Amino acid sequence: MDTIASTTAERPAASASPSAAPILKVSNIESYYGPIMAIRGVSLEVPRGQIVTVLGANGAGKTTILKTISGVLDPLKGTIEFEGQPIQRLDADRIVRMGLSHVPEGREVFPFLSVRENLMMGAYTRRDRRAIPGDLERIYSYFPRLKERLEQPAGQLSGGEQQMLSLSRALMNRPKLLLLDEPSLGLSPLLVKEIFGIVKRVNAEEGVSILLVEQNARMALELAHYGYVIEVGRIVMADTCERLMASKDIQEFYLGAKDESARGERRWKRKKTWR
Amino acid sequence: MLDFIQQLVSGVALGCVYGLIALGVVLIYKTTEVVNFAQGDLMMLGGFFAYTFIGILGLNYWLGFALAVAAMALVGMLVERLLVRPILGFPQFAIVMATIGLGFFLRSIAGMIWGTDDLKIDTPFSNGVVKFGDLVLADDKLSVIVATLILCLVLYLFFNKTRLGTAMRGTSENMLAAYYMGIPVKRVVSLVWAISAMVAACAGVLLAPITFIHSNVGLALGLASFPAAVLGGFGSIPGAVVGGIIIGVLQTLAGFYMAEGWKSVFPYIILLGVLLLKPEGLFGALGRKKV
Repeated sequence: MDTIASTTAERPAASASPSAAPILKVSNIESYYGPIMAIRGVSLEVPRGQIVTVLGANGAGKTTILKTISGVLDPLKGTIEFEGQPIQRLDADRIVRMGLSHVPEGREVFPFLSVRENLMMGAYTRRDRRAIPGDLERIYSYFPRLKERLEQPAGQLSGGEQQMLSLSRALMNRPKLLLLDEPSLGLSPLLVKEIFGIVKRVNAEEGVSILLVEQNARMALELAHYGYVIEVGRIVMADTCERLMASKDIQEFYLGAKDESARGERRWKRKKTWR
Repeated sequence: MLDFIQQLVSGVALGCVYGLIALGVVLIYKTTEVVNFAQGDLMMLGGFFAYTFIGILGLNYWLGFALAVAAMALVGMLVERLLVRPILGFPQFAIVMATIGLGFFLRSIAGMIWGTDDLKIDTPFSNGVVKFGDLVLADDKLSVIVATLILCLVLYLFFNKTRLGTAMRGTSENMLAAYYMGIPVKRVVSLVWAISAMVAACAGVLLAPITFIHSNVGLALGLASFPAAVLGGFGSIPGAVVGGIIIGVLQTLAGFYMAEGWKSVFPYIILLGVLLLKPEGLFGALGRKKV
């Protein structure tokens, strides 16, 4: 197991497949909301074609990492390389153009545009306009329900349908890397399963690399290849998902395994090894 | 009855001018939440540009019209870039004061360049009339109405059928999401200002044969377009035009049938009435925007 002490900032992120160059390499980024430091010296990598997840509690800084990568926030320090090119100073629209799409927390659909117009906005930066009808068909095959609601304003969709639309809209950009922020938020377990299934297919069938931020640690660890654990703005653990799932700390604090505390060892006395 | 119809047509024509100014205000407000109090002065500037191209340089009316509109597009983008963008994020009050200041600035500049005399340009619509039996309607007023209709149609098609227009609506609905889509939000906002200034310029050129061109023409008309925007629901583009026409018609009829003075207060009576009785306006767009 790979536990990282407080010297995270100086340490290069561990990579799951060191052979190929990663599609995304984040090194020592620090971002602030006003005077408050939200992430401190975070480094991580997404290997090409893989799903990487970032786990952490509310307010740990997961969303901030994604916003900093997609250019909505500018990091004060550190570098972000996408396909070998530094992107930490680029505007968000330039980064999208390079093939990095962000599915934001809370869906953020255009409420009065129709479902079709929302999807077309996802393809806004595309140069190959002719391929768009084919991509729409592919989206409908993933989510047939969107096809039924094409002309409805997106604000009238249910939460689950809006999440489907938000994901589909990002896919219309034909991204090489997809940032997914809490796709399970507020959805029924059945819908979560459906959406995670599609994410898995997008990764497997289209080779899209994915950086997934989730509170639903079990789902995320089952889906992803590699995982990072973040607490109060810094990364405290990084390993393959199998090993993370086997870790006692992860089981106790993120998967809510009960058997241990039921047997004698009192839960509130147990300390995280990284503290 | 003939009088009534003639007043009605004048009122609709005046209302169209209000509507076009209000439309520009609403367009900017919807995308950036900036209330532009200098919209009437942008209209005034459009009139002076047309005067320069047509009256001074002697160009063809339509060419001069087009050049004035194009020049105003540039002015609109400049205003956005130099005045509005740097103060975005400051309290609304600062932005309001800045646009009011811009209005004073434009009026003074226009007075310095073009003087304070009333100017006029010869247009294909000056002095012409259309007769329907006994009813005589002036070409200049009809031209405003027809041009407004065409402009509304063009804008409708632009906002609903083109990629850029849809992106503008999207940006006004959810600016953050627009960033996530890779829409160049800064350029879109800049273009919204350009379109608003172009619409104002059209109003200014169309108005030239009806009132004269002078540096204060935009002040009264600009202010009276706010009741129009509020009546229409401040945030609804068709609402702005309909609100403008209602205000224009009521104001003109008040001027004809009621005592002196009623004409100029009428828009503000309507403004207060709407705010008291139906603050969401006719097309009720208030509170719909998700920020």
